[in-house]
Amino acid sequence: MPHRLHMAGDTGWLGHIRSRRFLLLLPALTLLAMLGPVFAGLWGTLLPAFGHLPAAGQIGPSLDPFRDLVAWPGLPRAMLLSVTTGLLATSISLAIVMLVTAGWSGTRAFRVLERLLSPLLSVPHAAAAFGLAFLIAPSGWLSRVMSPGLTGWERPPDWLIVQDNWGLTMTAGLIVKEVPFLLLITLAALGQADARRSVTVAQALGYGRVTGWLKTVFPRVYAQIRPPVYVVLAYAMSVVDVAVILGPNTPPPLSVQIVKWMSDPDLAMRLEGAAGALVQLALVVGALVFWRLGEWVIARLGRRWIASGARGRFDPLVARLALLSGAACALAVLLGLGVLAIWSFAGFWGFPDALPDQFTWRNWMRFGPGTQDAMAETALIAIVAASVALVLTIGCLEAEHRYGLTFSRRAVWLLYLPLLIPQTAFLPGLQTLMLNIGADAGRLPVILAHLVFVLPYVFLSLADPYRAWDTRMGTIAAALRASPNGVLWRIRLPMLLRPILTALAVGLAVSVGQYLATLLIGGGRVATLTTEAVALASGGDRRAIAVYGLMQTGAALVPFALALLIPALVWRNRQGLRHG
Amino acid sequence: MKNLALLAALLAPVPALADINPADWDAVTAEAEGQTVFWNAWGGSTTTNDFIAWVGQRVMEDYGVTLEHVKLTDTADAVTRVLSEKQAGEDDDGAVDMIWINGANFAAMKEADLLFGPYAEQLPNWAFVDVDGKTVQTDFTVPTEGFESPWAMAQVVFIHDTADIPAPLADMNAILEWSAANPGRFTYPQPPDFLGTTFLKQALVDLMDDPSALATPATDANYDAVTEPLWTFLDALTPTLWRAGRAYPATGPAQLQLIADGEVDLAVSFSPGEATAAIANNQLPDTVRTFVLEKGTIGNASFVAIPYNSGSKAGAMVVANFLMSPEAQARAQDPNILGYGTVLDMDALSADDRALFDALELGIATLSPAELGTVQAEPHPSWMTRIADDWMNRYGVAQ
Repeated sequence: MPHRLHMAGDTGWLGHIRSRRFLLLLPALTLLAMLGPVFAGLWGTLLPAFGHLPAAGQIGPSLDPFRDLVAWPGLPRAMLLSVTTGLLATSISLAIVMLVTAGWSGTRAFRVLERLLSPLLSVPHAAAAFGLAFLIAPSGWLSRVMSPGLTGWERPPDWLIVQDNWGLTMTAGLIVKEVPFLLLITLAALGQADARRSVTVAQALGYGRVTGWLKTVFPRVYAQIRPPVYVVLAYAMSVVDVAVILGPNTPPPLSVQIVKWMSDPDLAMRLEGAAGALVQLALVVGALVFWRLGEWVIARLGRRWIASGARGRFDPLVARLALLSGAACALAVLLGLGVLAIWSFAGFWGFPDALPDQFTWRNWMRFGPGTQDAMAETALIAIVAASVALVLTIGCLEAEHRYGLTFSRRAVWLLYLPLLIPQTAFLPGLQTLMLNIGADAGRLPVILAHLVFVLPYVFLSLADPYRAWDTRMGTIAAALRASPNGVLWRIRLPMLLRPILTALAVGLAVSVGQYLATLLIGGGRVATLTTEAVALASGGDRRAIAVYGLMQTGAALVPFALALLIPALVWRNRQGLRHG
Repeated sequence: MKNLALLAALLAPVPALADINPADWDAVTAEAEGQTVFWNAWGGSTTTNDFIAWVGQRVMEDYGVTLEHVKLTDTADAVTRVLSEKQAGEDDDGAVDMIWINGANFAAMKEADLLFGPYAEQLPNWAFVDVDGKTVQTDFTVPTEGFESPWAMAQVVFIHDTADIPAPLADMNAILEWSAANPGRFTYPQPPDFLGTTFLKQALVDLMDDPSALATPATDANYDAVTEPLWTFLDALTPTLWRAGRAYPATGPAQLQLIADGEVDLAVSFSPGEATAAIANNQLPDTVRTFVLEKGTIGNASFVAIPYNSGSKAGAMVVANFLMSPEAQARAQDPNILGYGTVLDMDALSADDRALFDALELGIATLSPAELGTVQAEPHPSWMTRIADDWMNRYGVAQ
């Protein structure tokens, strides 16, 4: 008996060495894949921002680019827009998700909303934005349905709704997309938070549903979803596609203006663009610091609120309002997609007709074949990038768990760099780098560039659920003679199936939605559904936009459907794992 | 013929590295076979995209050239791409093989030696091009010198919904008066979109008694005085625009959607046949017609150019040559397809080829060549650049 035990230990030890080497390699590889391009690209931004761009005949250092930037009359407004849309979109969508979860989790209404919202996460931002625009513009579908009967409008009113100067429509467009994102992340975190029992105890003590949840569960859940919240803030501040479709353009938000400067045929404009990119970076960092301070203030106020013992008089009202907002988000995207579907089959469709004169296959015949090649390209790039990201991420987290490589935990902000730095700041620099090392524009460099953005999202989605896994399970398994790999493959990964699939789906969606990385690094030779759709967007042909938008949505829908479906199927006999 | 081409290909010294001689057409077609040409062209118009897809089919059938349409939102993207490739030392096989180009982008690329050529006037189909009657050898007053080949003629027309504007408007002041009387019913694409800046140039040309100053580069000395009427006009026009000038459509085709939505009644276009094609595609109501101003409107040519670092120059030349063929030109002029004006001289064509053009119906919203009237010259590109910059500072950041 002791002999056999010894033998088993031996093979385990050898396997341990092999996997140890491999595992130790992964964090370094991950950091390289994620940060190498960022730093190289940043270097390519810093130099021109301070007036050094030999290709344009500029030798620095000088502060002229910043002087030119400040001289641009639109700058204050553009900066303000970036900050207000980012903070508003993030705080409102977070509030909706938290209050809906607080007031309704575990109820039928919540399950309905969850089923409505979760697939909407897959709807690409651009498609959702188009849907919203087609819906709420003065000549949009809502207006058509009510005209002329209710409104008396024979012509659409001259109201500035879409592209309003305050960026409110753009903020709304971001909210309807971020609510599903945060909800899915929250759902993934809930399984670790032991929410149900906490709320039961709070309710037994006389607290309302919402108040009880906020006081007992929220701090734990927020600690887990904090990284995605920061990501939402940084993303909402520097988004380009939604801003182009729904945002103002007199002036546009700063990120859009940077893209314009960067693509100006006059190379000297890149100096101003680079300076603008640094300002954008500073704005994002500033907003994150502001948000962090806000967390601190809310935590202090929250503790006082908890100590006050208030049971939550307005809970039912708050809960209803939250549910209504959540439902409005779902409805806006769903109706928007519905309108996209109508447009994709529309013959001539004038105002104020609620439906087109005739329905036709013509639009699909015209644009359908073009979408197929783009679909194949999109799928190939997304699957490779997201799978690589997932393997690297699990490797890193497992290395951290086994060998205490807490390097990535301490330096977690490194993960954020690709998400915090506006893409426009380092992608052109990255492009030059790839050309310098002889990497031809094409699919492989695009996949590597996508990996820069996909990796952090996958990591951020998975890291907290992975770390919050109860390691006592592993201890028990080890006591039953399971090797570390056995624990990983037979206990940990199966238990974490849901967050893993969620992370994979997020990675796929991120890749599907990449525009600038695909266009710049692919040299225009790699045509995905997103690059094709955005190119069409400027032409305003709603029929073409509708066809591409629906195809784009389809490309991202399937992974998210699977992320919800597979755990439910695999764990149909394992009640306790369904939320894991 | 085919054997000869093969022979030429075999004899040609290191054809992949040495730049090919455009005059040796057999060598060009031989080398072109099997090449892939990445044509960077504005992708904002679905009718143009369909046409380019058809060109791809045809050059594949006839020459074995694969054509990939890289759909740009802004032609400047492709210019930037070639510039950064040069900066990185990618001189042999850049990502861009051909660009739909004209105006400031051409002037910038030619000036920076980023173009392959001269090649245009050695192409076989150049023989059919109407060199005397059409502005195909200058581009916004800049001589092309064979560095780009023409493929379409464009002229400014105004698209109006006759349900709302029954009769054409005579000049820019008439447009202003109409817009003041019907606030919120007119807009134009936001500069620096090329059609938006074209509207500004058209307004300036029409407002000036003598536009000859625009033929030479803008100077600090004359710029303010020359453009003064334009800013006066725009100051009066802007508050009467759609959304009071606080938002603008991104591009020309986006205006068509606004007309179809009933949001505006008047739009500017750089393609006399666009309205007819848009009616055929259900993008515009069939009550739409076009008109030109009494003094005439600006016209120019669309070109294609080949970057110096294209790895498929032969293939690109085959495509450029095909674009100037009677077959492609007649298809482009078909109002149900594209409605672009031809660059060819009808008298230079064979009877059969001429019949292709004669068979074309104009389309319900397209003006005949006679009705299109006087074609005014494009101002020098320096005017457009400065006016676009000024516009952005004056109206592009309106609060």
